[in-house]
Amino acid sequence: MTFRSIKSLLVKTFSVFSLLIATQAFAGENHTPATSEAGAVAPAAAEAHGAKKEGDFNVTETILEHIKDDHSWHMWGHVSIHLPVILKTSKGFEVFSSEKLVDEHHEPAVYKGNFDYKLVEGKTKIVDAAGNVDVEASKQLWDFSITKNVASLFISVFILLVVLLTAAAGYKKTGVKSAPKGLQSFMEPIILFVRDEVAIPNIGAKKAGKYMPFLLTIFFLILINNFLGLIPFFPGGANVSGNIAFTMTLAVCVFIVVNLSANKSYWEHIFWMPGMHWSMKLFLAPIELIGVFTKPISLMIRLFANITAGHILVLSLICLIFIFKTVFASAIAVPFAVFIGMIELLVAFLQAFIFTMLAAMYIGMATEEHHHDAHGEAAHH
Amino acid sequence: MVVGSVAAIGAGLAAIGAGIGIGQIGKGAVEGIARQPEAANEIRSNMIVAAAFVEAVALFAVVVALLGNG
Repeated sequence: MTFRSIKSLLVKTFSVFSLLIATQAFAGENHTPATSEAGAVAPAAAEAHGAKKEGDFNVTETILEHIKDDHSWHMWGHVSIHLPVILKTSKGFEVFSSEKLVDEHHEPAVYKGNFDYKLVEGKTKIVDAAGNVDVEASKQLWDFSITKNVASLFISVFILLVVLLTAAAGYKKTGVKSAPKGLQSFMEPIILFVRDEVAIPNIGAKKAGKYMPFLLTIFFLILINNFLGLIPFFPGGANVSGNIAFTMTLAVCVFIVVNLSANKSYWEHIFWMPGMHWSMKLFLAPIELIGVFTKPISLMIRLFANITAGHILVLSLICLIFIFKTVFASAIAVPFAVFIGMIELLVAFLQAFIFTMLAAMYIGMATEEHHHDAHGEAAHH
Repeated sequence: MVVGSVAAIGAGLAAIGAGIGIGQIGKGAVEGIARQPEAANEIRSNMIVAAAFVEAVALFAVVVALLGNG
């Protein structure tokens, strides 16, 4: 009965986002016959090389170009948003449009500011007059640019603030006793799901409330970024939760929360496992200590790998059209991409759920009260 | 080219492992549901979570294979 809420939640997410996926398929079909662009974002490179690129279509390059971070955000055709580049060098801050870092053929160009800047393999570097990378000066360079991922993160934060503050305002107005209305009734089951299925079973009813803000924050942040990543055009399309830096930040937050809230018995179980022979205790301590670090690392890699693999899968299916060089390949590729997109919706929800659940589980392990008479006896035998 | 094919073999091996793992989970879940249909919802959600764990390990391998390829 309790898990009916999972089901109803899945049905809700599906029904909302199947609409969006329907447009994805539409967009895919629209794009394919027109030019040699794969999906929506990478026509820059393809168009730049024109006929030369037409002959040898590089699948790996195209896919990686779509899933990596970028300084400009492609909209449609030749239109893209050039996001600002913010650099801190030894001569202070400098802000300019990323448009200046590319020439009319979308190739990296030198921009003359306080130093000469050029994009080398996607990273901004300081170059000398001859165009070679100045390694020493580049070490002083701090890149605070608003890239595609950062902009997408701002959008998701904005959406989250609007949605959650609207729901919160509803509770302020009508109180918690009356039935929820509008957006409130959409959010309430999700929040209750996190509380009743994730926090309370893993942390325990007494302490769960303290960690709910943290768990809800990670859950909604991952969920919204996963969903935005599945939308193939403007407000989405950035691969935020498939970016290892993003997942690492979340994992580090979990690491800090878990270890700061850990009680004495948690550390005892790591460094001096009760109920074991002393030689076994010595043997287990380093293993348990490594476990402290591998837990957040596995959180980081799980989310990163799942989302990136999903994106690669959809992109490679769309790339089939360009590999076979015929529009008719889209008859197979597009339905398959839609099908994988549907699975990715499930994965998007599932990964947010799993990340939150594991975080709750680790917090629960760290704050658990142990009854020492439960072990202990074995040690004397 | 040799590197690419070795990475592909690695990804294939990972897929075999994940296939066996998810197969076992599915088998266990279906048997469980057959014996106790009233616990179907609970078993199903636990199955999905376990399957996600197995899948994640396979995806680690895929990422390593991709890194090896690039």
